[in-house]
Amino acid sequence: MIKLPGANGVDSGSLPEEVVNRFRGLAALAAVLIILPAFLPNTFYVDVANRVAILAMNAIMLNLLMGYTGQISLGHAGFFGLGAYGSAILTARYNVPPLGGLILSAVVTALLSWAVARVILRLRGHYLAMATLGLGVIITIVLTNEAQWTGGPDGMPVGRFSVLGYSLAGERQWYWVFAVLLFATVVITQNLINSPAGRALQALHGSEVAATVAGVDVRRRKMDVFVLSATVSSILGSLGAHYFGYINPGIADFVQSTELVIIVVFGGMASIYGALIGAVIIGILPQFLAGYDGWDVVAFGVILAATMIFLPRGLVPSLAAAMRPKRGATC
Amino acid sequence: MRKSTIAFGVALAALVVAGVNQAIAAEPIKVGAVLSLTGGAAPLGEPEAQTLQMMVDETNKAGGLLGRRVALIQFDDGSDPGKANGFVKRLIEDEKVDMLIGGTTTGATMAMYSLVERAEIPFISLGGARVIVDPVKKWLFKVSHDDRMASERALQDMAGRGYKSIALLADTTGYGQSSRKETLAVAGKYGVSIIADETFNVKDTDVTAQLAKIKNNPAVQALFVSSFGQGPIVVAKGMAQLGMTLPHYEGHGSASQEYLNLTGAASEGVRMPSPAVIVAQVLPDSDPQKALSAEYAKAFEARFKTPPSTFGAYARDAWLLWVNAVTRAGSTDKAKVRDALENTKDFPDTSGIVTMSPQDHLGIDSSGLKMVQIKNGGWTLAK
Amino acid sequence: MSPEFIQFILSGITLGATYTLAALGFSMIFNASGVINFAQGEFIMIGGMCASVLVSAGIPLPLACIVGVMAAGLIGYLMERLAVGQCRDAEVATLILVTIGVSMIVRGLTEIFFGKANHGLPHFSSDKPIEIAGATILPQSLWVLAVSALIVVGLKLFFSRTQLGKGMLAASYDRLAAQLVGIDVRRVLTLSFILSALIGAFGGILVTPISTVAYDTGIMLGLKGFVAATLGGLGSGSGAVFGGLLLGLVEALTAGYVSSAYKDAVPFVMVFIVMVLRPQGLLGAKPTDRI
Repeated sequence: MIKLPGANGVDSGSLPEEVVNRFRGLAALAAVLIILPAFLPNTFYVDVANRVAILAMNAIMLNLLMGYTGQISLGHAGFFGLGAYGSAILTARYNVPPLGGLILSAVVTALLSWAVARVILRLRGHYLAMATLGLGVIITIVLTNEAQWTGGPDGMPVGRFSVLGYSLAGERQWYWVFAVLLFATVVITQNLINSPAGRALQALHGSEVAATVAGVDVRRRKMDVFVLSATVSSILGSLGAHYFGYINPGIADFVQSTELVIIVVFGGMASIYGALIGAVIIGILPQFLAGYDGWDVVAFGVILAATMIFLPRGLVPSLAAAMRPKRGATC
Repeated sequence: MRKSTIAFGVALAALVVAGVNQAIAAEPIKVGAVLSLTGGAAPLGEPEAQTLQMMVDETNKAGGLLGRRVALIQFDDGSDPGKANGFVKRLIEDEKVDMLIGGTTTGATMAMYSLVERAEIPFISLGGARVIVDPVKKWLFKVSHDDRMASERALQDMAGRGYKSIALLADTTGYGQSSRKETLAVAGKYGVSIIADETFNVKDTDVTAQLAKIKNNPAVQALFVSSFGQGPIVVAKGMAQLGMTLPHYEGHGSASQEYLNLTGAASEGVRMPSPAVIVAQVLPDSDPQKALSAEYAKAFEARFKTPPSTFGAYARDAWLLWVNAVTRAGSTDKAKVRDALENTKDFPDTSGIVTMSPQDHLGIDSSGLKMVQIKNGGWTLAK
Repeated sequence: MSPEFIQFILSGITLGATYTLAALGFSMIFNASGVINFAQGEFIMIGGMCASVLVSAGIPLPLACIVGVMAAGLIGYLMERLAVGQCRDAEVATLILVTIGVSMIVRGLTEIFFGKANHGLPHFSSDKPIEIAGATILPQSLWVLAVSALIVVGLKLFFSRTQLGKGMLAASYDRLAAQLVGIDVRRVLTLSFILSALIGAFGGILVTPISTVAYDTGIMLGLKGFVAATLGGLGSGSGAVFGGLLLGLVEALTAGYVSSAYKDAVPFVMVFIVMVLRPQGLLGAKPTDRI
């Protein structure tokens, strides 16, 4: 079983150390989030940070699904797209206030993901991947075709996000929103994973049969996680739409879903900080590679393949294992 | 955990250093471009990028602009408007460009514009749809005939030849769908009704199912296809396979040498509205677009060893419009350049004679689009 | 039957044959390694690309085809030797990422060296359509169908009659057991990558005269191949054929009778239904058919 760095689930004798490590991690994250804006010279960098934060939260939610329940989803961006378009359409065409649009979209996404989960979570491995891929593709096709609602392939503008007359403007204001949300996402998912329910989840990835025998309602847990991660992605989509100011069906497509899977596996399955670091690297890399037409794709491919070959468990877990003094096998 | 913090810090530091390095560089006039060099719109974006490079070199070889060198900073949005939005922020905030060209697609243009408006930078789009300049946006200009003009030219020709009921076949890209929307909107004006409305995916390897459906509708008098790249080629081959003799119209997205080469006999007789660049050699010498289009075509072909495309010509026009505006403004001051762009008068380019105004940020009418027909594998002016 | 209906069927079969060739490669690698090879579409693309670039450089068509297929085979070999085979004990998700990485490398290099333009190939025989009951099909489509059938039969014989094929089959059932009876499992894996690259490239060359090819053609075909393979039952040879043809037919019939705008969505809805009823895919339950 792959472990979270600092959240050593097996030797329970080291529980205090685990808790200390967790707080150390959170303190470091908080410090980085607070200091970061001082080092971002202009709003372009703030924008990159904001996009990375959205990516990271999405990836953490997907990691909850992939890393802890072993369910691969190749359609996760579809839920992000539902939230984004839900908010955009409700606010622009029905004058629903942004917060209302966000909540309504999240509820619809939750219901949809619940209905879908009931059917597809019986599937395993590649078949589940296929089903989620299909879901994402169908969402993208609907967004592309129903132009009278969505603006079609060229997309549609989205107004500002405002609550009670106060509207969010500018990358730096948004930065603090995303920073707080990111921090909260990490805290909540960590607590979730270390709760009794979470430990049951971790058992799922190890062996479903064993988990069932141990009295875990496997199906129920998988459903919970699937719906939770879909709903959070929808909320992120709503916020993202207001932040970007313009959305198109591409935000929900297969490429985006694959990128999320890449981040999760690259950073390290079942590692919250892995998803975070993965999002930072995969999110920033294109900015470094931009301008080298063609070679940017090659370089990205080389980095991806090489990382997976030499650090097969993903960046964070592999490096953490290498740093830790050898205490027997870790997986 | 500490490792991850360090990794985060290193990435961050690298980002900041990259920013500082760029700020130290010398001070040429900076033109930013965001184009689609990969992804679905790459067949459009590639020649645009090549042309811009060529134009920059030409301008610099001729002594630059206002005595300063011109530098082009160009990013690939991968045909993803979301990425275009991110890159334009980089161009504005980090590169501090004086002017922006781009948005290969309408989607990318629109995704970029809100930022450009806030930053107040003159911006010339290469996108096709009418929404770019209708309603007029203060900082945004457009060079290509919009898709409504292309549709109108084709519909006019159809009406003139007595086709009253036609079939539409559009791909699902922004280009295809926007063109479809405009065609549906203006068809009535020419007394033409759309009695079949089909779509296909631009990467489909076979569209004979849609074509068979159209073929078996006896009321259809002509077919109008809106697509680009691989799409129209597969359509033409499918029509040949089904032995369809239906009068076949293409949008201006098919006006390329590639279309002729890869369709062969299958495109014989196809009619389409084409920008002048593709058909420069068959235009009468009196046509003001002929000489400059031919000159561009020759220069492009000499440098890149590939036939020129319509889309590359848009980039050329955008560049020269801007150079002309800067020269008249006598400065790179963004507001002055914008005003000069808006006051462009009788400026000939490959799309027509451009005369802009506060109400019109395109400045050309559809007469610059030539109705052409493919005969013996080459272009001829349609009669 | 109306000629229109027959035309839809013929269109569907033409599309389906292409998807079948893509699906066969998926199934083969899945069997040997449990990996969904996201670079399968790139094999298809590289075959068509190499052949058409060589033909336009004046090389005769048969020679160009052979070189195109060989190039893909070499890439398949290198991919297994240098990348996938290096991390065989890793989790499936890790291996999938490696294949995504390889697909980006292949696609990027193709873009750099061959450009972004569309390329075509001459038809193998006549380009005059053949008429069947008022509908038409291109001779090239018959080539695609005939070669697909030959490949399927060939694979069947290979896996049931040859020592090597039986060894591959054995290794796909139980790697450890196969190793114990003296089968070189690593060689089996390498071979499966080479074989599926060869099949993919051959398919790519066959459809290029109909559909043209560009550096990014592989993304779409790879995706369709994955869908077809899953629909028929991953790892099943006849499943790949069945899934491919079914996918093609459903697309053509949807475009013809329902809505061309939603023709790409319908196969996925179908996948949903199939999976709910038969999670192992339509033909996935027949282990004797595994290739």
